Amino acid sequence: MNAAQVTPVKYDMEVVRWFSIAAIVYLVVGTLLGVWIAAELAWPSLNFIPEITFGRLRPLHTNAVIFAFGGCTLMATGFYMVQRTGATRLWSNGLAWFTFWGWNLVIVLAVITLPLGITQGKEYAELAWPIDILIAVVWLAFGLNHIMTVAIRKTSHIYVSNWFTMSMIVMITYLHVVNSLAIPVSLIQSYSIFSGVQDAMIQWWWGHNAVGFYLTSGFLAIMYYFVPKQTGRPIFSYRLSVLHFWALTFGYVWLGAHHLQYTALPDWTGSLGAAISLAMIIPSWGGAINGMMTLSGAWDRLRTDYILRFLVVALAFYAMSTFEGPVMSLKTVNALSHYTDWGIGHVHSGALGWVAMVGIGALYHMVKKLWNTEMYSDSLVNVHFWLTTVGTVVYIVAMWVSGIMQGLMWRDYDEYGALTYTFVESVSAMYPYYAMRTIGGLIFHLGTWVMLYNVVMTVRQASVARGTAAVPAQA
Amino acid sequence: MSDHDKIYSTKFQDKVERSTVLMFVLVAIAVAIGGIVEIIPLFYLDRTMTHLSPDVKGKVDSKEISPIVWQRKAGQSLDDWKPGDGVRPYKPLELAGREVYIREGCYLCHSQMIRPFRDEKDRYGQYSVSSESMYDHPHQWGSKRTGPDLARVGDKYSDEWHRRHLKYPRDVVPESVMPNYAFLEDKKVGAAKVKKTMEVMNAMPFYPADYTEADIASAAGVEGKTEMDAMIAYLQSLGNHIKFTEGVNYRD
Repeated sequence: MNAAQVTPVKYDMEVVRWFSIAAIVYLVVGTLLGVWIAAELAWPSLNFIPEITFGRLRPLHTNAVIFAFGGCTLMATGFYMVQRTGATRLWSNGLAWFTFWGWNLVIVLAVITLPLGITQGKEYAELAWPIDILIAVVWLAFGLNHIMTVAIRKTSHIYVSNWFTMSMIVMITYLHVVNSLAIPVSLIQSYSIFSGVQDAMIQWWWGHNAVGFYLTSGFLAIMYYFVPKQTGRPIFSYRLSVLHFWALTFGYVWLGAHHLQYTALPDWTGSLGAAISLAMIIPSWGGAINGMMTLSGAWDRLRTDYILRFLVVALAFYAMSTFEGPVMSLKTVNALSHYTDWGIGHVHSGALGWVAMVGIGALYHMVKKLWNTEMYSDSLVNVHFWLTTVGTVVYIVAMWVSGIMQGLMWRDYDEYGALTYTFVESVSAMYPYYAMRTIGGLIFHLGTWVMLYNVVMTVRQASVARGTAAVPAQA
Repeated sequence: MSDHDKIYSTKFQDKVERSTVLMFVLVAIAVAIGGIVEIIPLFYLDRTMTHLSPDVKGKVDSKEISPIVWQRKAGQSLDDWKPGDGVRPYKPLELAGREVYIREGCYLCHSQMIRPFRDEKDRYGQYSVSSESMYDHPHQWGSKRTGPDLARVGDKYSDEWHRRHLKYPRDVVPESVMPNYAFLEDKKVGAAKVKKTMEVMNAMPFYPADYTEADIASAAGVEGKTEMDAMIAYLQSLGNHIKFTEGVNYRD
């Protein structure tokens, strides 16, 4: 039909292989940290040295899962999709390798500094200022390379996945630069130039849009490429994807304020955030339906295709979380849910159910393509799928129950008009749920080991196959 | 192949999808608007800050209620401030304690933001107002209460209670899940670093601390104090700066 199909394009896929393997390793590490800190809340004696106390390891957990696992997954899929959808090699393979080593250096520095208590004290943006500068440089290298590869594509139109990735690149740059503005005290320490109410708003503008653009737009790009690829069918509705993209890109930015309902942030800001949050149900569900309906007529594939199971269950969790979020942003619900474990439950239904599952599905798909082989064991993929699903459900159920219970205990009055419970009674009531959450997280974590083993064996099997095939060629 | 090919968008959308530059520019504008609308007004709308809010300011000016922010007179030192004089910058030892508070990630389990609900008033006290955290670079409002809110913990317990509780929380509160912070007793705070921090707080473009040279010189007094002393000083300074009057609306 066209030249691209006649002459096979040679892609730069080695860097994608490395990012993919790194992502899987970081998934194991990041969830292990999560299980550990979850256990610390149930059994506080586990905080035995300063370097592993909850307050220091929790930022390492969030950085490991969001920036190490999430980041490597986004860069692996980003570089993979942009080449294949544009029928072109990367604009710069060298810059892609710089991105790989630079991003991993950031992660290594995070592992060293956070347990030592080197932090800026801003949630999800804890890393010290020199590391922030390194992040900015590496991120811009990734962004420039991605956008320039879009620019040199051989196809006429830019594929929808690349719109989403582009919105992530731009927004994360804005967020990271503004939120990280600080004055250094020393090489490892600095204080934000913003304070109090303005800092809180900027922090949650960052916090919610790290979720909105990094963990949503970036992973929606994955959905729009890998769901059609894995099913072998085109995306259900192109028009819906146009609506989904522009509504989300314009609207998501406004939501941060809903994290600050009833605080000292002016009322108008929180209300505006909540109103737009409600409106976001429409594009979010539009996107979820768009992905789901891509399977219409091929639902039977779920019986045999375990990778597809990951992608489809991820969409179900995406739909659920994007309904739960707007509900929690409503003032009356937020009055109960804010400050409780319900928030943690909500984050994990999105992070484990949506982000991790769609990422894992894409990684399995890529491993097969990148090494041009079948999985070492399809049934282990199925085992992984069930461990992931069961682990996620156990985790979020525990947090829903404990969160709502916490909220209700705090506001409960007895017949004499006095508070029924002291604060510490609500703490001890959490114990069974904290234990249950640890078990749910552990189940999910075990699944990541199954994946790592399966992928390592797949790569080894592919290398052996290539080695034997090479012998007769030489003879 | 399918009816997919028959669906077309608008001419404009089609044009955008063919142009990397156009797509990039439109995305860059679309994602900027929400942040601009929600953040920038917070820097100039008077009602954002309690002490600048017209209603509250009027009541303070007519001496109907106590000041929100401390108006320091020439020659006064930080030690001349008394509870109820209004929000003031942190004293040197408190600032050292705040550094430890941030380092240990206390904000991950303790909020410093009381909401205007009956139960929060009964449990923690008067709801928080924006001016109370104006010198907090960065804010420590927090998002989770694994432990209780600390916005008004100042003067609620004795120094000795805090020392015992921070060292071994379960000796004081058996059900607590807080880590032991006995190691804070082993480390000393450094005067040089506190001085540097005070200079940085003076250099802030928004809400600088305006420490005098005498204030910064007084940081020498922290020499020999432990991180535990600093932490306790910080905790004891939280939430008691303003003397609130019952029945007055402090939030707009």
